[in-house]
Amino acid sequence: MRVNMTVNGRPYEADDVWEGESLLYVLRERLGLPGSKNACEQGECGSCTVRLDGVPVCACLVAAGQAEGREVVTVEGLADHARQRSVTRAAEAAGAVRPAEPEADQPGEPEADPSTGPGPSRPGQVVGAPLAPVQQAFIDAGAVQCGFCTPGLLVAADELLERNPEPSDADIREALSGNLCRCTGYEKILDAVRLAAARTGEGA
Amino acid sequence: MDFLRPAGWEEALAAKAEHPTAVPIAGGTDVMVEINFDHRRPEYLLDLTRVAELAEWEATDRTVRLGAGVPYTRIIEELRTELPGLALAAHTVGSPQIRNRGTVGGNLGAASPAGDAHPALLAAGAEVEAASVRGTRRIPVEEFFTGVKRHALEPDELIRAVHIRKAEGPQQFSKVGTRNAMVIAVCAFAVALHPRTRTVRTGIGSAAPTPVRALEAEEFLGGALEEGGFWDSGAPLEPSAVRRFAELCAGACHPIDDVRGTAAYRRQAVGVMARRTLGWTWEAYRGGEGRTAQCA
Repeated sequence: MRVNMTVNGRPYEADDVWEGESLLYVLRERLGLPGSKNACEQGECGSCTVRLDGVPVCACLVAAGQAEGREVVTVEGLADHARQRSVTRAAEAAGAVRPAEPEADQPGEPEADPSTGPGPSRPGQVVGAPLAPVQQAFIDAGAVQCGFCTPGLLVAADELLERNPEPSDADIREALSGNLCRCTGYEKILDAVRLAAARTGEGA
Repeated sequence: MDFLRPAGWEEALAAKAEHPTAVPIAGGTDVMVEINFDHRRPEYLLDLTRVAELAEWEATDRTVRLGAGVPYTRIIEELRTELPGLALAAHTVGSPQIRNRGTVGGNLGAASPAGDAHPALLAAGAEVEAASVRGTRRIPVEEFFTGVKRHALEPDELIRAVHIRKAEGPQQFSKVGTRNAMVIAVCAFAVALHPRTRTVRTGIGSAAPTPVRALEAEEFLGGALEEGGFWDSGAPLEPSAVRRFAELCAGACHPIDDVRGTAAYRRQAVGVMARRTLGWTWEAYRGGEGRTAQCA
């Protein structure tokens, strides 16, 4: 079957999708977006976490056909998503609600260090684009070791901060309770989310 | 495999009537696992996420009609007052990602003895609204579970909603697992005080082939509370009565040994949870919850 969806703000069409296929498989194998990771395939690990119409879900548990016509945000689109959000919020704060301008300057957003930037160009990725605050915070706090769980954690953490800009430690732990990490012991990840929240607060 | 995508409820019922083997899918948190692991290859998947009315709930005088497709996250956020036991149980389901997708309709459809919603539904008092092109009927939740992962639905029926009695007194839910998130219950227990009818109801999960009520325990405690005038006095419960209630709850279990725990452990743990949750609910009742607003 054919499935149409919007991924990271761009329309995508996937053909010859098997009816039992997951959204995760479509993203990784058909749309060339391998950022969402495939690990447990049963919703236990959270490494495939994406936003589906804004809601964090395990992409491995969404049937491809259920994503028809929906909006998906993956880790590949996280920086852009965070940028749009901050533009919209700045405009709202200024009392002038207008459509988001993706190219607008971001006061308060941490500058991306080119040496820790996104690396070689891949389809759908803007080279040299600043990272989302939560991505930069993960780097700065040393919250990434092998990196396999990182994309899912980033999407989950970003959604938490969108919903709750000043989360308590308990809020952070609960929001990330569906994301397993075998390397870090989680402490640096908690540090990173606190750091991202603090920086975003300063910028606001 | 065919992917059926009804846009409305009538269309969904027609599709289920035409393809009785079709497997309904809502949040996908059970069905997709089975497909991903090749444990199941249904001929038809019937996607219910486009049927808008399934994701709605409405409250009447005494009950909440909970659409089968309302995700756990919304139960926690929107129904904590009306359905405190179910909201507590919903909070123990999986992880945020799972609670954003999983539904009570799906929990019932899977009919796992370990389904987290089931003990809370049993304790609160609930009826499953089953529908087909032939019509609609209501199945008391006690009669819904017919065996391990088996239920009372006919092949052409779908779950439209669950009618759950609104809380009129304190409710609690407790679950044993190896950690706080992402666990299938080793066993679970729910209790609800019903001051209006002066009854106590219970639900036990993952300690028998189906979720069950501890009927003898309910009857014993109801009698003890009535005889001692406890509903009116709000006096502390007698330790011997609490102990007997816990024993009877443990006795209502028919558990097995499996990877998650032994039968003996489950029986023991259900007794402990029964004692604790009864203590919590009775303290809340004594503190005024359900006593001050009895005439409602």
